[in-house]
Amino acid sequence: MRTQPRLVEVRQNVLKQNDVLARSLRRRFETAGVYVISLVSSPGAGKTTLLEQTLTRLREGGYRVAALVGDLATENDAARLARSQAPVKQIITGTVCHLDATMVEHSLDGWELGDLDCLFIENVGNMVCPSSYDLGENLRIVLMSVTEGEDKPLKYPTIFNTADVTLLTKMDLAAAVEFDRDTAHRSIQSVRPGMQVLEVSAKTGAGFDNFLGFLESRMGARAVSKSGGKPAFLTASK
Amino acid sequence: MHELSIALSMIEMACEEAERRGDARVQALHLKLGMLSGVVKDALLFSYEVACNGTPLEGSQLLIEDVPVVIYCSQCEAEQQLDSIQRFCCPVCGTLSSDVVKGRELEFVAMEIEADDQAEPAEPRRETNLAGAFMSS
Repeated sequence: MRTQPRLVEVRQNVLKQNDVLARSLRRRFETAGVYVISLVSSPGAGKTTLLEQTLTRLREGGYRVAALVGDLATENDAARLARSQAPVKQIITGTVCHLDATMVEHSLDGWELGDLDCLFIENVGNMVCPSSYDLGENLRIVLMSVTEGEDKPLKYPTIFNTADVTLLTKMDLAAAVEFDRDTAHRSIQSVRPGMQVLEVSAKTGAGFDNFLGFLESRMGARAVSKSGGKPAFLTASK
Repeated sequence: MHELSIALSMIEMACEEAERRGDARVQALHLKLGMLSGVVKDALLFSYEVACNGTPLEGSQLLIEDVPVVIYCSQCEAEQQLDSIQRFCCPVCGTLSSDVVKGRELEFVAMEIEADDQAEPAEPRRETNLAGAFMSS
């Protein structure tokens, strides 16, 4: 016998499985003493070039660094990043448009996290889907190149809102593409008031000392304060 | 587009819940969807209908409640609803705020079922194993 329809409470986050795994990854990273930074941006914003330079410079500075890089296809980016001599693994996602915590966990197999100071995760180039997935990172950096248009943050507010800092990349091209710095900064502050913005050129090296100093300060802050170890989208007062 | 994977997750959660309730027939799922969830409502509705085909949820409805972004305004000392997600400032006093209180929700709130009178879950709720399939745009 069937009854009238009734409402059954479920109250579960649809991405609960990812969030639970991400929390467990974050604890694992913390125990191992490795600081984890994810990079998100549209395709072609300069994540891989920036990361290759960053890995090289941090290694020269005595840091033990490694990187995971996500793409739908090819191992080209891992090959580029490997030129830095840092350990690198490619995550080929097939048809998947983002990384999730399971992919990160699987790709850590065979790595001794305790041997690392800093792990970078380069997400698939996509300004939408990656914003929904916590990867267990401590810091999420969104890249925006000067060739993309100053209003990009207004078009993709969610990805900027889940990131901790914006990197304006390809600054060496700023004059050539008549990049309007003030408008870009205004767009960023409109969707994420108070967000820190750094300007770099991976090609000329301009702004890199500042960027590396920022990373070192974040790594140092994490060492003394647990509250510095979570990305902003997890520390809001909800 | 990750809406299909979200739809598959919801369907798997709902199928498990229905099974625990004596193969209850599911009529509708209720979802709270925040403006900052990164999920597009229309794409999710489309994906849901497609993903339901051939499952016990075929023909069921996905009812989505939009959740606007609410920030905490330190000046007003109150929660305020944003007019636009392009401008994170208090609609009352204009103070900027990144302190998001609501708007990131992607919450499977409830489902409407038809079930036998006696069919109640035999065991406490357990962790739901979500679908692992993902698709890109």
